[in-house]
Amino acid sequence: MDLFDKLKILTDAAKYDVACTSSGVDRSAARGGIGSAEACGICHTFAPDGRCVSLLKVLMTNRCAYDCRYCVNRRSHQTPRAEFTPRELADLTIGFYRRNYIEGLFLSSGVLKNPDYTCDRMIETLRILREEYRFGGYIHAKAIPGADRSLIERLGVLADRMSVNIELPSRQSLSLLAPDKSKASILKPMGEIRDGIRQNKTDLVRYRHTPRFVPAGQSTQMMIGATPDTDYRILNLAQGLYRNYGLKRVFYSAYLPVVENSLLPALGTRPPLLREHRLYQADWLLRFYGFSAEELLDPEHQNFNPYVDPKCNWALNHMEVFPMEVNRAPKELLLRVPGIGVTGVKRILTARRTASLDFEDLKKLGVVLKRAQYFVTCRGKSVPGLKLTRDSILRALLSSKELNLYSRDLDWGEAPQQLSFFGGAGPEREEVQRWLAI
Amino acid sequence: MAGNIIYRYDGSFEGLLCCVFESYERKEIPFAVLPPDDGQTMLAPEREIAADPEKAARVAASIPKKIGPEAAGFVKRAFLTCLPGKERHILLFLRLGYRQGPQVMGMLANDTVHVLFQAVNFLDRETHLLKGFLRFSEFDGALAAEIEPKNFVLPLLAPHFCARYPEERFLIYDRNHGAALVYRPYQTAIIPADRVELPEPDEREREARALWRLYYKTVEVEGRHNPACRRSHMPMRYWNCMTEFCERKEGQKNPPRTNRSGDQNQLPFICGS
Ligand code: SF4
Repeated sequence: MDLFDKLKILTDAAKYDVACTSSGVDRSAARGGIGSAEACGICHTFAPDGRCVSLLKVLMTNRCAYDCRYCVNRRSHQTPRAEFTPRELADLTIGFYRRNYIEGLFLSSGVLKNPDYTCDRMIETLRILREEYRFGGYIHAKAIPGADRSLIERLGVLADRMSVNIELPSRQSLSLLAPDKSKASILKPMGEIRDGIRQNKTDLVRYRHTPRFVPAGQSTQMMIGATPDTDYRILNLAQGLYRNYGLKRVFYSAYLPVVENSLLPALGTRPPLLREHRLYQADWLLRFYGFSAEELLDPEHQNFNPYVDPKCNWALNHMEVFPMEVNRAPKELLLRVPGIGVTGVKRILTARRTASLDFEDLKKLGVVLKRAQYFVTCRGKSVPGLKLTRDSILRALLSSKELNLYSRDLDWGEAPQQLSFFGGAGPEREEVQRWLAI
Repeated sequence: MAGNIIYRYDGSFEGLLCCVFESYERKEIPFAVLPPDDGQTMLAPEREIAADPEKAARVAASIPKKIGPEAAGFVKRAFLTCLPGKERHILLFLRLGYRQGPQVMGMLANDTVHVLFQAVNFLDRETHLLKGFLRFSEFDGALAAEIEPKNFVLPLLAPHFCARYPEERFLIYDRNHGAALVYRPYQTAIIPADRVELPEPDEREREARALWRLYYKTVEVEGRHNPACRRSHMPMRYWNCMTEFCERKEGQKNPPRTNRSGDQNQLPFICGS
């Protein structure tokens, strides 16, 4: 089998993992070496599906001893199999990297023979890159659940980022669809990586030359729509992972049926892309806007509103905090205004030190006035002639796509019920905590 | 005090600083500040501003002192942008800066500041995109790339690629501005280059390109096909120089997309800094 066939098979087998970022470390190449990394991450191209391609994302092999029901590589699925040798893959990575095709390597693998053996093959690939080529580019390695702790540690010293995929947002779904995996086998390496990172931080303070362990942190991925788990559950789980496991990113992947199985959505079912999009928006609110999961969803409202994004939804349900005065409102509150993003807030805080801002100024600062105008005043005044009815606000908040969706459903007589905005009953976290506790 | 005079300078950053000097000395604000090859005809008298290293140095030294080091870096970058009439915008910005001091960098809602900030944002964005979209080819062990940026990004790309490939020899040719970044361990230079013809790719290079195109095709999840999203992240004007979009025989490169027109694309020299 030639390199082209292998590359095709092992790319195909890896592409359903959505993480492809190269962020989190800054590094220049060592003399005599090749490769650097930038903390903000760099996209090298965008696939026709619109996703950023930053890393060469392949599997070491798609031969797998396990039989996860949702996976193209499962043992019982008829599909061509291939396997890179460590040398082959390291050379391919360098060939791509020199031409600036990629930022580095994202290496994952099916479970070949057993987890330890698989892990060894991955380590050998990374060793060639780091030691022989003195490669300083980005490496993301998937931890293979069930592999020995010492191997995970070795992998973590060679890689910049590691991930263990949660895959399914509840234990029941997991035991049903991934019979060879358990929540413990997933959370164990995750905890080990977390502890390794913490330990490394204190070691680095004490001994300057300690090798860095997973400097870009760890991430995970969950499938959306393969199982009946709600957004509420998923978001709470994500929040728990950020807080308890110190994850850098949680990725959500709209499930696209790739195998026929009575337990899963039928082949040809469209992936729930809007839902995935809403989860990413909410995830953003958790990480950068100071929201908590309980503010965005609750047991009575377990799924996101398809028409309005989570931030607008929150604002509409909390009209009592608006309008706020742009020239005085604190940062935390400005972040909650629809139409003002993190950059916008930063610019407002800077600009208002030297001038009192009006609506024209806000436009220059990159604020989306069409949305923000309902929620702010400038020098105590609203935009003249602004209609503050619920309907006019709602229309202004919807993008044209959402507006189409809304009016179509309105014709069907469904929307009013969907649009009953909710207020807050107390959140219930036990479920997630139970799931998270090892 | 706004005059109807036009300043004609030599096209260099130092030359522009001399225009700032002139504007203060004469207590006037020029109607336009034009490089030598700008053929615009305006109904105003022109004055040639000769570059004077001493004046330029005085202005250059006063910027970090009076307006702050951040502003000094900012105007240098502003000079690399493709903002039409950037020279006069920079002059106005500096005049405002001398009056306001370092706080001028925070006056984001001020029109003079805003225009320049937007232009520099675009420059920074284009630089960032090209760190990813730029494609090297290998010829006899050396690397070469061609780009077609709107802004003069080479001085900003230089530190990135030099830190990335310290042991390589490489060349990045900017087709639009007629300049090239050349690097060999451990020296960098940006030189004017009117025409760079790259040799035919050899067997190894052709294989690398073919592997990359295969990877690019395979990595899409067809069920999520979304060309509009791709275009919004990766504007089509960059595609011309990217290996994955060179669909000609054996991945031959595409011809230049834009014809260089001398006037707007002249090369601003503040290299070596
Ligand atoms: S372990 Fe499960 S998810 Fe991973 S490759 Fe094997 S079958 Fe697929």
